[in-house]
Amino acid sequence: MVTVHLPRSLVTLFADPPPRRVEIDASTLGDMIAALDQRWPGMHERLCDPGPRLREHINVFVDGERERDLGAALAAGVTVHVIPAVAGG
Amino acid sequence: MSQRVQVLVGTKKGAFIIESDTARRTWTTRGPFCDLWPTHHFIRTSDGTLFAGGGNPWYGATVFRSADDGSTWTQSSRGIDYGADGPKMRSIWHVAQTNGTLYVGAEPAGLFRSDDSGQTWLHVAGLREHPSQPEWEPGAGGLILHSIVPHPTDAERLWIAISAAGTFETTDGGQTWATRNKGVRADFIPGPTPEFGHCVHKLKLNPAEPDTLYQQNHCGVYRSDDGGREWVDLSPGLPSEFGFPLQIHPHDPSTIYVIPHAGPEDGRQMVEGHAQVFRSRDRGESWQPLDKGLPHQNAYLTVLREAMAADSLDRAGIYFGTSAGHLFASSDEGDSWQMIADYLPSIWSVEVAVVDD
Repeated sequence: MVTVHLPRSLVTLFADPPPRRVEIDASTLGDMIAALDQRWPGMHERLCDPGPRLREHINVFVDGERERDLGAALAAGVTVHVIPAVAGG
Repeated sequence: MSQRVQVLVGTKKGAFIIESDTARRTWTTRGPFCDLWPTHHFIRTSDGTLFAGGGNPWYGATVFRSADDGSTWTQSSRGIDYGADGPKMRSIWHVAQTNGTLYVGAEPAGLFRSDDSGQTWLHVAGLREHPSQPEWEPGAGGLILHSIVPHPTDAERLWIAISAAGTFETTDGGQTWATRNKGVRADFIPGPTPEFGHCVHKLKLNPAEPDTLYQQNHCGVYRSDDGGREWVDLSPGLPSEFGFPLQIHPHDPSTIYVIPHAGPEDGRQMVEGHAQVFRSRDRGESWQPLDKGLPHQNAYLTVLREAMAADSLDRAGIYFGTSAGHLFASSDEGDSWQMIADYLPSIWSVEVAVVDD
């Protein structure tokens, strides 16, 4: 299991909104997003462009390290933060 | 049964509903909806469902849906993309309904349809397969498909307009498309008038006269009486041929409204700071300025392409919103105006529904 922290601006897009902190059974970053999408359909499109690849302004940190490879392995127990990129001045 | 008038406003920061009874004298505001997303278009379909299209820089393009008059919302863009090798989808610019099918127009320009009330979407790929597509150029607002005009009785027939590629028509449900720009100027392209590349700003028809199309273009106001095959310039009599929205009277296809703006290199706002709507009651042959109740000076307002609409009451109401967040309404077909909402975010779209309660 991995612990995923989701931004407020993402969870409010769903009629049955996910909690801001959710436990997911996933072994790669791509699996994690697929599992989120299965529970909350449409999550994939909000986080990924076709390819799939992470959207340009969506940042993901695995135990504090930036990660953009959807094939990256997630070790059991890691914490994943999904954070919209800071923009503007 | 009572009725209310519901003005649906899409803005740079969310969607709003401005409502009144049918007297249209006092108005209340609800919103913002759609999580404050930039909302290019906000409509109510014939079954009462609300749809709003837009896009934001983080989460991309999507279509919001509410089946309970705005209390709760879902959103979906499943299928709205051009694939891994195609251009990245930026936003939805227009939503239209016909015969149970929803269409959206997108940026970069493309057409998508949904047959399950917006849960999933299919690319109407034939449009981007038109041989002109590699040469489509973006206008100042981007390369956008902003007008979808279904034929009222022929489900296979549809017109769309792209800035700046022009008007296209399909008669086979979207498989093949033909350009419909003959007679329309494209002053920004040197040489003979091209077959495509025109900068349509808004394209509309009145279902009572399905072969009569009107458009406000970068280079004039035009009417076609043959489904877009030939266009005539209606600009003489207007203070400027430039503008963004156009509205047809809901009960009289001969009556149209435009809002002339200073030209593309002169600020693109109300001419000389004088807010005026122009009405023609003779299919664009002559024009009457309408400004009673509108500011006559220092009103450097811009009204964008989607930001004018009409209600369907017996004495039609006309509405327009400004990029400075004012919403103006006329309950007497444009003869006089009042501001019914202010301090909204920049208004990008206005639509109106008369709702039975």
